[in-house]
Amino acid sequence: MIVNIGHSALILALFVALMQAVIPLAGASRNRKKWMLLGRRSAAFLFMLVSISFAALIYAHASDDFSVLNVVENSHALKPMIYKISGVWGNHEGSMLLWVWMLSLWGFFVERAKNLPLPLQARVLAVQGMIGFGFILFILLTSNPFLRISPAPLEGMDLNPVLQDLGLAIHPPLLYAGYVGFSIAFCFAVAALIEKKVDAGWAALIRPWVLAAWIALTAGVASGAVWAYYELGWGGFWSWDPVENASLMPWLAGTALLHSVVVLGKRSALGNWTVFLSILAFSFSLLGTFLVRSGILTSVHAFASDPARGIFILALLTVAIGGAFLFYGWRAPQVPSGAGFSAVSRETALLLNNVFLFTFCMTVLMGTLYPLFLSALDLGSVSVGPPYYRAALLPLLAPFTLLMGAAPLVAWRKGTLKNLSIPLTLTGMLLVIFFPLLREKPLSLLGFGMGGWVILATLHDAWKKTGNKAPRSYYGMVLAHAGFGLLMIGITATTLWGQEKILWMRPGDRVEIAGRQLAFLGAHERPGPNYEIKTGVFTVDGGTMTPEKRWYPVQEKMTSEVALQLKGFGLLYLVLGDQDTDHPERWAVRVYYHPLVLWILLGALMIAGGGLVSFTDKRRTP
Amino acid sequence: MKKKQRLYFILFILASLAAAVGLSLYALQDNISFFYSPVEVKALQDKFSPAVAVGRRFRLGGLVKKGTLQKRRDTLVVSFVVTDEVNDMRVGYSGILPDLFREGQGVVATGSLNEAGVFIATDILAKHDEKYMPPEVAKSLEKAARRKK
Repeated sequence: MIVNIGHSALILALFVALMQAVIPLAGASRNRKKWMLLGRRSAAFLFMLVSISFAALIYAHASDDFSVLNVVENSHALKPMIYKISGVWGNHEGSMLLWVWMLSLWGFFVERAKNLPLPLQARVLAVQGMIGFGFILFILLTSNPFLRISPAPLEGMDLNPVLQDLGLAIHPPLLYAGYVGFSIAFCFAVAALIEKKVDAGWAALIRPWVLAAWIALTAGVASGAVWAYYELGWGGFWSWDPVENASLMPWLAGTALLHSVVVLGKRSALGNWTVFLSILAFSFSLLGTFLVRSGILTSVHAFASDPARGIFILALLTVAIGGAFLFYGWRAPQVPSGAGFSAVSRETALLLNNVFLFTFCMTVLMGTLYPLFLSALDLGSVSVGPPYYRAALLPLLAPFTLLMGAAPLVAWRKGTLKNLSIPLTLTGMLLVIFFPLLREKPLSLLGFGMGGWVILATLHDAWKKTGNKAPRSYYGMVLAHAGFGLLMIGITATTLWGQEKILWMRPGDRVEIAGRQLAFLGAHERPGPNYEIKTGVFTVDGGTMTPEKRWYPVQEKMTSEVALQLKGFGLLYLVLGDQDTDHPERWAVRVYYHPLVLWILLGALMIAGGGLVSFTDKRRTP
Repeated sequence: MKKKQRLYFILFILASLAAAVGLSLYALQDNISFFYSPVEVKALQDKFSPAVAVGRRFRLGGLVKKGTLQKRRDTLVVSFVVTDEVNDMRVGYSGILPDLFREGQGVVATGSLNEAGVFIATDILAKHDEKYMPPEVAKSLEKAARRKK
């Protein structure tokens, strides 16, 4: 019954979205207030309907309703409740419903916004309605999570064990909130092109939306990296996998947008470019959805996917992105352009920031899509690995971070570079002090130098400004930039000084890593809720570490739970490998030591936190 | 003045984009690895193609042939046979196999051939979700099946 209500609500939502797409748009161009207000009503109604639908699916999963195919394929009565709920979006159909729910939620926020002129709001909601219509249609036609199965089986097939983790409850919702959040900037851009009005006022209106989506996406990408780090057991947090790139590209475009909005708001320059980036950021979100959901690229991450559905998303993608860019090409030249600025100024620095971020984005795009082009032209099947990204991105990262530290120290309109001397000297001094340590890995001079430079330059400027009441958004920037510096230092240290050992261990065996003795005491077995556990017991420095291997009988799959322990400046990372079939007391063991790896997490948290601090800036102006 | 400045900016942006594209193309050249199934490796070897020369990195994919997984005593060296049901190829690997590695299931190994014609893998990617097989493996199995006919 509840499942039927959910299904009907989604069908009804399709029509409401269609109404939202058409009527407010017509109302705004003919200046009919009632029609425009209808856009607001339908946005609220759409949110309600999609929420009912989503809640119904959650209910079906939570109550083990095995008459629903989606529940049968992805759930099991013995699965713990938290994974029954997060398992709703651990599969293609449910995750698309989460996507649409996020979309309707953002639409609802726009409906609630008090500061928007009615015609602009109506147009934004109309474009939102179009996107919603496309994706709800996609769900109903190709990915319906409410399909029934008859006769209903007694038990489900369980969820992919890799996904039975807290990460599934956190990472996809945050990531989708960010992905879909950029749809609002996209809608604002299309609305601005219709109104031919791109100015500082528009920038002030759009900024909180860009910021909110960007915070969510930052947190989403970071939580994904953390999850991959402890779940996949290969000791890394980023492998330049296509699915990872799919989340990085909208982040890069969104970061560029966040900075160009500042220029537009402060100096009325870069208007058309900002509109372009608004369209681009969401285009990458759509591309990401396509890459992940179509399964056309080999990924190390676990996804159920179906190429047939990819075609539909590809069509949606073409219509949305192609349409928006065509419209942009037609309208952008008609939008009046803004003010100019001098060569050494904050505007120039931010423009350069955009050039860099745009270039990063294109480089990642090229690496991600290159295999697709080759295979489409039947030139062979290739993969593009981390060496490509290192070779293409690292040379650009150095000038980029140099700029990042310098930009906030340069004044608007016409600035000088003389403020840079103190932080430059400080960075140089620190490098000299640490030179004996860094000498063994020359690349670390670059990584630490750049990270240290960003932190020192940013903090130096903040310290100088403490007296004269800088706005809160300034401190948000300080926090985020310093976080990026920490992130760079963390990545450099982990990559260059990380240690790895793989070996067989019998009870009583010891291994030395990073100057510490790790001893293997033995392994024991016990049952878990829907799996069996084999635990290895190790001691190091008097503490114990217990990595596990879990066997999920329903799916006949094995997963590893790594053991982590903070040691000095780094993290000890322990994975239990295979049990020797001939000598069952013997286990393959993988040990890593990752120095400063937590700085990466701390840096990412500071970047997202900086966004939050800026967001709470009451003036809401850039 | 304003116009001229804008021109410089655009020139600068174009120059840096060109540099980036050049850089990425250069990086692409050396850092991509091709994917072959055993039958394709055989065909390339017959032509003495440099693509599968000793030491040249590529990715080998197919199914892990049942009953071929061997472990060497006291080391972490394993070997197994990858098949596309037409041709077979022996793969050697030192390290811990992924949790999802299983005989009869799809696998993608990255590495290169040694003098003895054994594929020495440095990375093993395995998935055996009934809903998921690396797309390349699925495709190569299809191709090999067609050749068999």
